[in-house]
Amino acid sequence: MADDNTIDKTSQESDIPNNHSDARRTFIKQSSLLTALALAPASVVKAAEGKIDEKVADKFENVPVTLEINGVRKKLSIDPRTTTLDLLREQLGLTGTKKGCDYGQCGACTVLMDGERINSCLTFAVMLNGKKITTIEGLATGGELHPMQAAFVKHDGFQCGYCTPGQIMSAVACIREGHANTDDEIREYMSGNICRCGAYPNIVNAIKDVKNSGQKI
Amino acid sequence: MKQFQYMRPTKQKAATDAVAKDPTALFIAGGTNLIDLMKREVMQPEKLVDINMLPLKKIEQRNGSVRIGALVSNSAVAEDRLIVEKFPLLSQALVSGASAQLRNMATVGGNMMQRTRCYYFYDTALPCNKREPGSGCGAIEGINDQHAIFGFSENCIAVNPSDMSVALAALDATVLLSGPKGERRIPFIDFHRLPGDQPEVDTNLMRGELIVAVDVPESPYAQNAHYLKVRERASFAFALVSVAAALDIQNNTIQSARLAMGGVAHKPWRLFDAEKALAGKPVSEESFWQAAEVAMRGAKAFEHNAFKLKLAPNSIVQALKTAAGIA
Repeated sequence: MADDNTIDKTSQESDIPNNHSDARRTFIKQSSLLTALALAPASVVKAAEGKIDEKVADKFENVPVTLEINGVRKKLSIDPRTTTLDLLREQLGLTGTKKGCDYGQCGACTVLMDGERINSCLTFAVMLNGKKITTIEGLATGGELHPMQAAFVKHDGFQCGYCTPGQIMSAVACIREGHANTDDEIREYMSGNICRCGAYPNIVNAIKDVKNSGQKI
Repeated sequence: MKQFQYMRPTKQKAATDAVAKDPTALFIAGGTNLIDLMKREVMQPEKLVDINMLPLKKIEQRNGSVRIGALVSNSAVAEDRLIVEKFPLLSQALVSGASAQLRNMATVGGNMMQRTRCYYFYDTALPCNKREPGSGCGAIEGINDQHAIFGFSENCIAVNPSDMSVALAALDATVLLSGPKGERRIPFIDFHRLPGDQPEVDTNLMRGELIVAVDVPESPYAQNAHYLKVRERASFAFALVSVAAALDIQNNTIQSARLAMGGVAHKPWRLFDAEKALAGKPVSEESFWQAAEVAMRGAKAFEHNAFKLKLAPNSIVQALKTAAGIA
């Protein structure tokens, strides 16, 4: 599914679930869609069908969005409620970006948008039309780990690993922004990424290592 | 999350008309607070007007002031050369707020529009006059450690969560608004309002009005300014109490002062009387304690936030000492 250039509601619904959890997801998606339609006032459905105002994406109407994700341009059709995080994980199969709190408090969902780190859980994907998104899957080149990935391995910058993709994306941005000059500055500018295992000292060491190596990241 | 209509106008007029015509419509810019509240069904707009296509992303030097576009991100303002040089207080306040990721997304206008983080406002199972007028205030008799000590009413004791707004209130900024009836300017300190008997209304914006920019006048305070934020952890937390302190010092005498507090009221709490008390006084800890005493007149605590009655004056003195370079 991640290779599809166009994903719309029709193709999603016709997908044959390939395992148990996919089957459950698809069922929930379909049944919630049906419930939503059943609850919609007739006028709303009619307005959506008739496209009365083409500038307004009416309720239940998907919005066309073009995004560049990890260097690949994608034309998508998206329910306006879909967060960038859910788009990546649920529709594009890019599950490296993690859902922690889903409220912008933990940083597990951190991705780069036009080079700047953001919480993908607090953006509607429709609002990112024309933007370039980089996820953890897009960091390594040619089968070689990105220097920050290698540094996290070297310094043991994780235990359970759940916050790691977000930590690494944030760490890359932290150095690029010029906010990795001292331990205190790294801690302050990495405070949007929570690690429940407490790997913080090793994360700081990994970031310092990459910063001091002078590698272009 | 409830379904909503989505539109992305490229003209300011189209954006303000859309919100003016539809009482269920809201503007969205960074979305960092609104999407959070929509997920929790605290806010349920039926239409979102995405204003990110509007040309409001510039910081400009003007005659005697700096104009900051409403869509400039919090991180871009904090790091801007002009802002760091002329208004370090604003830069410090912004960097003390949220996380690096959120500051990249959040805008100046959105920061001004963010809602309180009162637990009762956020929990749809509990009463809150701000979320559901007439349902009561859960905080007055409930858990109120984070709540107001100034300017509250029997209907609401919530505090405004913004750091940026505290600095802009202290710096005598002006807000530029544009709406269906044209443009108008209001002093920053009149942008937010006290709860009174309408706690559901946070600001004096009229329906359909859009924040276009904030003008910050040049001032003699850049040399001696400090934003102190006291919170429950060292970073990425809302203020229990914060103080924006700025002094114009000549020959060890305070010519004039600007002081405002965050975390203590429903709006950024400007301390006009304390500013007057500081004018003409020598730079000394004693002058600062006198000002803090004046600032705290009229403060009243609830069951769990009595600590603020001591924390606030201590913070005022600490912020002033740091601003004056005698900390």
